[in-house]
Amino acid sequence: MPGLEDLYREIILDHYRNPRNRGELETPPAVVAEGFNPLCGDEVKVYVVVDGDTITDIRIGGQGCSISQSSASMMTTAVVGKTVDEARDVLRSFKQMMSIHEHGLGADADPADASTPSGLGDLEALRGVVKFPVRIKCATLGWNTFDQALAEVDSPA
Amino acid sequence: MSTATLDAAAVKADFPLLAREVHGTPIVYLDSGATSQKPRAVLDAMDRYYEEINANVHRGAYHIAERATTASEDARRSVARFIGATDEHEVVFTKNATEAVNLVAHAWGRSNLAEGDVVLVSLLEHHANIVPWHQLAAERGIEVRWIPTTDDGRLNLGALDHLLEGVRLVAVTAASNVTGDLPPVRRLADAAHSVGALCLVDASQYVPHRATDVADLGCDFLAFTGHKMCGPTGIGVLWGRRELLDAMPPFLGGGEMILDVRRDGFTPNEVPWRFEAGTPPIAEMIGLGAAVDYLEQLGMDAVAAHEVDLTAYALRTLGDRFDDDLVIHGPADTTDRGGTLSMCLGEIHAHDLSQVLDQHGVCVRAGHHCAKPLMRELGVTATARASLYLYNDESDVDALADALDEAARFFAF
Ligand SMILES: Cc1ncc(COP(=O)(O)O)c(C=O)c1O
Repeated sequence: MPGLEDLYREIILDHYRNPRNRGELETPPAVVAEGFNPLCGDEVKVYVVVDGDTITDIRIGGQGCSISQSSASMMTTAVVGKTVDEARDVLRSFKQMMSIHEHGLGADADPADASTPSGLGDLEALRGVVKFPVRIKCATLGWNTFDQALAEVDSPA
Repeated sequence: MSTATLDAAAVKADFPLLAREVHGTPIVYLDSGATSQKPRAVLDAMDRYYEEINANVHRGAYHIAERATTASEDARRSVARFIGATDEHEVVFTKNATEAVNLVAHAWGRSNLAEGDVVLVSLLEHHANIVPWHQLAAERGIEVRWIPTTDDGRLNLGALDHLLEGVRLVAVTAASNVTGDLPPVRRLADAAHSVGALCLVDASQYVPHRATDVADLGCDFLAFTGHKMCGPTGIGVLWGRRELLDAMPPFLGGGEMILDVRRDGFTPNEVPWRFEAGTPPIAEMIGLGAAVDYLEQLGMDAVAAHEVDLTAYALRTLGDRFDDDLVIHGPADTTDRGGTLSMCLGEIHAHDLSQVLDQHGVCVRAGHHCAKPLMRELGVTATARASLYLYNDESDVDALADALDEAARFFAF
C-alpha cells in the first residue's frame, strides 16, 4: 500500500510551503489562462511572458492543495528561460509520467519500475502521485493551464 | 417510540461494510453526507427480489410479476408513510434528488413560469437545487434570486419580505450539506404561500436524519434521495401535493407513463406513474422500502437524538483539542443543526487533510460539496467534511480527532 511519504516528498512540501514564482503579471505583455479542478474547487491562474521564442517570466495565482500548488511551482522553475518548444517537451514528458495509471498500471503498481521518461529532474518527485489516482488531476492542473496559456500565445484571442 | 434510544454498537453491526478495514485499520466512515452505508436488511431485500421475484412490473399477469409489482408498490406506501404523506400517489420515484428537482423545473416550471418570474433559492443550496433554475433562467428569462446567509452558515431571513416580491417558487434546502444548518422550512413555506408562491424543499440531508412530516413542513414539493438514507443508489423521491402533480404534464415520454397511445398522440397515465417513464428501478424501490422500514424500526426520533448528542460531542471534542486551529463552518451548537462538520485545519488544504485522514481509515469528503455559491460566501474553495449518521459513535469522533492531530503534525503548520 502506498504511504504518505510516496506522495508528500520533501521537495514537494518545500515547494508547497515556499512556492516559487507566485503572483500575477500584467496582461499584456503577459498572457493568462485559468484552470479549474471541478472535483475539489481548486483554481489556478498561469501568467506567461514570451519574448521572441523564450519564456521570460511565469507566475502562478489561485488556490489549491499541496500537490497542485507544488506541481505548478516546480513547473515554473522547469520552464522559465526555456523556449516554447522546449517547454512543450517538458510538458509532454510530465504528462506522460502522470498518465501511467490511465495506461493500466493500476494504483498498486510501482511507477518507479515503469519505463517512463526521465530527465525531469526535481519533477520526478511527483512520480508518486500516480499511486493516488484521484490526485493526478491536482498534479496536472497547473500544467494543463500552462498549456492553455501557450495556446493563447500561439493564437491570441 | 420517542423515548427510545439508539444502541450504536448494535446499529453498527447491522452494516456489513463497517466491519471492514482499510489500510490495516478499522474503517471510520464519516461521509454519510455523500452517501450512507447500507444495512443488511436492505441488501437482503434487494437480493431476495432478484433471487425470488424478478419480473417487470405492471405488465405480466403471472405470479412473480404480481409479486414484484406488489413489492415495489408496497415500497411506495412505506415511503409515503415515512414522510407523513396521506396519499401514496403523491410519491414519485425518480433516479435521485437531482432528478426530482429537475422534474419540478421541467414539468411544473415550464408550464407555470414566464419571463420575469422569480425563483427564490438560498445560498445554502446544493447545485442540484440551483442549476435547474439557472437553466430555466437561460431558457425562459426567469430570475434566480438568493436568500443570503449569516457568518455562521445559517439563512439570513432579515430581508425575507422584500426578497419575496415577484416570487413564484421558493426552492430551499431543509438541511445544508455544508454547514449543517436546518433552516426554518415551515416559516419559508408559509412565507411563500403568503405571496401566492409554491415551496419546494430539498430534503436530501433532512429525511435521512429527522422525522419528516410533509404536512408539518407545509411545503408543496419535497425532493430527497435514497442512497443517503440507508437505501441504494439509483432511487430518489419527489413528493408533491396531489392537485399539483395532477396538473403537471409528463417529463419523460415512453412506456409506463401512458394510458393510451394512438397514431395521433397519447394520453398520459395517472400520477405517480405519469412521471415514471420506462421500466422503473424495481430492486432499488424495494431497497428503499426496506431502508425506510429499517429506519422506522429504530425510530427517527431516536436516530435524531443520537445524532444531536454525537454532534454535540464532536463540536466539544474538536473545539477542546484544536481550539482556533480548526475552523468548523456552521452553527457553533446543535440548535437546528445537523451532524455535518465542514472543517479547515490551519493552512492545510482539504484535499491534503483528507489524504492524511484516509491513511488512518477515516473517510471524509474534501472539496466544494457541490455548493460553490456557498463556498464563495464562506471564503473557502474547499473544506474537509465529516458527516455523522446513526451508526457513528464517540469512538469515530475520537478517531477523527486523532487523525486530525496526525495531519497537523505531518504538515506542521
Ligand atoms: C442537499 C443536497 N441536495 C441534493 C443532493 C443531490 O443528491 P443526488 O446526487 O442523489 O441527486 C445532495 C447530495 O449530494 C445534497 O446534499
